[in-house]
Amino acid sequence: MTLNLAEELSSITTKATASDWREAIRLAGDGLVAGGVTTEAYTEEMITAVEEHGPYIVIAPGIALAHSRPAESVLKGGLSWVSLETPVEFGHASNDPVTLVIGLAALDHTAHIEVLKAVAGVLSNKEVRARLEAAETPDQVRDLLSGLATK
Amino acid sequence: MKIVAVCGMGIGTSVLLKMNAEKVLASLGIDADVEAADIGVARGAAQTADIVLTSDELAPEIGDVPAEVIIIDNFFDLDEITEKLTPAVQ
Repeated sequence: MTLNLAEELSSITTKATASDWREAIRLAGDGLVAGGVTTEAYTEEMITAVEEHGPYIVIAPGIALAHSRPAESVLKGGLSWVSLETPVEFGHASNDPVTLVIGLAALDHTAHIEVLKAVAGVLSNKEVRARLEAAETPDQVRDLLSGLATK
Repeated sequence: MKIVAVCGMGIGTSVLLKMNAEKVLASLGIDADVEAADIGVARGAAQTADIVLTSDELAPEIGDVPAEVIIIDNFFDLDEITEKLTPAVQ
């Protein structure tokens, strides 16, 4: 893996608490806003996407890829990472409950593909994923991701 | 062969699905054009596609299309994608 995901994440939150899926998406949205990636409007757009199309953003067991489409609320492409202390139900038939929310914002339909490849590469490895989710601090997540990139 | 990977917004889940479908097709040695699309575009694109890949939630939104609609639960699971895609492409 050549791309270091640690450098691509605009914010990392570990062991966060969310009472429901909307709050979990808001945490990922707050991370994008804090990283200067999006405005707060994008957070609401990510929630609206789920209200309109259902919880399809829960793309794998325990993982939600919160996102909306390229819009004025997207200032640049970026990702946020939120691991949840307590799993949250998104209403997905087979992949609930969610323990990791990745917030994704993109300016177009192609620029972020390398980053998504890196996300898929990291999270499809069960052992790596377990270590990432067990991380107590953002620095631990960054160190783990940087370690993977140098391999 | 044309395959369309569909998600709500066309930037996230469909792109992941396209990447993993391409990996599976390469390992099966099948030459296919895989396109990522949002649900609005997909209704049109699906008219000319052979296969549509999407999630359980979005499948009803695609509506009536001539393409075979395959539902993927775990977008990271190459085994699941291989298992569901293989009978459709061979």
